[in-house]
Amino acid sequence: MAVFSEEAAKYVWGGAIPLQIRLHESEVTTLPPPPPALVLGSRIGYFPLLVPLIKPYFSSTLPPGEDTVWFDYNGLPLKWYVPIGVLFDLLSAEPERPWNLTVHFRGYPGDVLTPCDSEDTVKWSYINSLKEAAYVINGNSKNIMNMAQTDQFDLWQSLVKGNMDGYLRISSRLKLGPVGEDCFLKQASSLQPRQAIDEPDPVGSSRPSRIPVRLYIRNVGESLEDLEDAPIIDSWDRISYINRAVEIHKEGGNYMTLKHAMRTLLPEIFGEEDPDNKYELREEGNHEAGSSFGDPETISMTRNDLVEETSFGCQRSSEASLIRIQGIEPDLNIPFSWVVNNLKNPDYFLHLCVFLRTSPRQAKAT
Amino acid sequence: MQSETSARQWDGTLSPNDFNSSVAAFCERWKEVNDSLPQWLWEPFPVVGDSSCNAAGYLTMENVYHQNASEEVSHEESILGDEDLSDDATLVQSCGKDDIHVYDYHIVYSFNFRVPVLYFRGYRLDGCPLKLEDIEKDLPAYSLKGLRESKWTFMTQEDHPYLRRPWYTLHPCGTSDWLKVLIGSNAANNQPRPLHYLSAWLSVVGQAVGLRIPLGLYKSQ
Repeated sequence: MAVFSEEAAKYVWGGAIPLQIRLHESEVTTLPPPPPALVLGSRIGYFPLLVPLIKPYFSSTLPPGEDTVWFDYNGLPLKWYVPIGVLFDLLSAEPERPWNLTVHFRGYPGDVLTPCDSEDTVKWSYINSLKEAAYVINGNSKNIMNMAQTDQFDLWQSLVKGNMDGYLRISSRLKLGPVGEDCFLKQASSLQPRQAIDEPDPVGSSRPSRIPVRLYIRNVGESLEDLEDAPIIDSWDRISYINRAVEIHKEGGNYMTLKHAMRTLLPEIFGEEDPDNKYELREEGNHEAGSSFGDPETISMTRNDLVEETSFGCQRSSEASLIRIQGIEPDLNIPFSWVVNNLKNPDYFLHLCVFLRTSPRQAKAT
Repeated sequence: MQSETSARQWDGTLSPNDFNSSVAAFCERWKEVNDSLPQWLWEPFPVVGDSSCNAAGYLTMENVYHQNASEEVSHEESILGDEDLSDDATLVQSCGKDDIHVYDYHIVYSFNFRVPVLYFRGYRLDGCPLKLEDIEKDLPAYSLKGLRESKWTFMTQEDHPYLRRPWYTLHPCGTSDWLKVLIGSNAANNQPRPLHYLSAWLSVVGQAVGLRIPLGLYKSQ
């Protein structure tokens, strides 16, 4: 398998969600109301970028006032800085095509959404995200901060226009990958999920690489087969959002699969043994990573309480969860390096949606 | 000799566990220094699927009053530049309730940058949130300069990582660099003491947003 597959990248860049967008009824001033706008939303794009496309459909019917455009799905205001494809994968559990959304030109919900008054806001959110990813990968953001203005502009424009070749030309100069195929877990003897992010480099080993990942986790009701019945997300409080780096090593240990990566991110969900991986779990005895500052338990929270509140464990991973990346539900045994190189977004983050089955006990709690 | 080498190598970041230790030491010291100030409290925010991650949560200090002799007080006073000397009671009277700003500060650990990040929001006594131009009045001059010159990369509104609501934040991408310079050279071992890290960090970040920090925090114990 090639480190980087242009074919896969083309699928990611070409991926689009058919959107059927209605104007919110409170903003309709004409009879009959305007028909919905049908547009394609690029998976790697952002909702504010669709505004110039959508506005002509509705501009004649809007009440007087200034435009502050935002979108909602079933009443949930959509976070504009999350790529469209990720929002779709996350919120439309049973993929709904076209995806029925509502657009608003008035009444921006400033208590839920960060302000977005221009394309520049989106561009800088993207650049800041890229900086964060670069920091994770290289330990600094210099390559992004030192980018020529023209390169920065061209990079952004290539994303806006869906021009993959232009994007690859500029981004290849940023030295942010691809990740080599030789990507491993730590030596089996020291395999500890926690340790992966907690410890400084052990003396003598080559510096591990870190992969930037954004995880979005939601509960989808009692069955992962019947996603149509998944409860509607009416608040962002129902989504867990985790920003973590996955550490990979250039030598030794086991070949790293997507499942291994998930295990370092969510040990209680993906840390279950299956016959193939039993030998690794035996090594996970001493759980606490060393700390140069002493006892990590000094903070006034008791671990037991937390486990009580959030335990999704004790379930086999295949039953407990389902992963979606770029609309795909990938096999957990594929190499993590392939997933990263080919399914990451143009901000160099791997955006991953995780669906969890709600056990009856949790259903009661929420 | 080995520790010297490591001191040079220390990259200005800290691990989640070290952040935790730092938080504990910092809270304790803050309380010691001034019991009457608003206190920092750790608010754990357990992560689904990874409940052992004890750096998930935020350090919070809320309801911090910021009484600024704003431009509205009177021009003469501002020109004299003696805002700090003016009587608080008079100040409140002349400013009116609208000019008392209340701030909430949260310190969050960034797993990607491996440094603390400050989030804050401001509102009036009646609970009405402050707009950016209101907040600007409470910022020191050099922060205003930073805000004007780097609109998108210095201080912006972002989603609070745990509360998922818009809060103001200072961008952390340069934090490890200046922390390395600020405390790297003083660190006796390969890493600074836990208390030292957050105090040093807040001495820079807190001032940038006009948060007053008790000097006693920096006196040797």
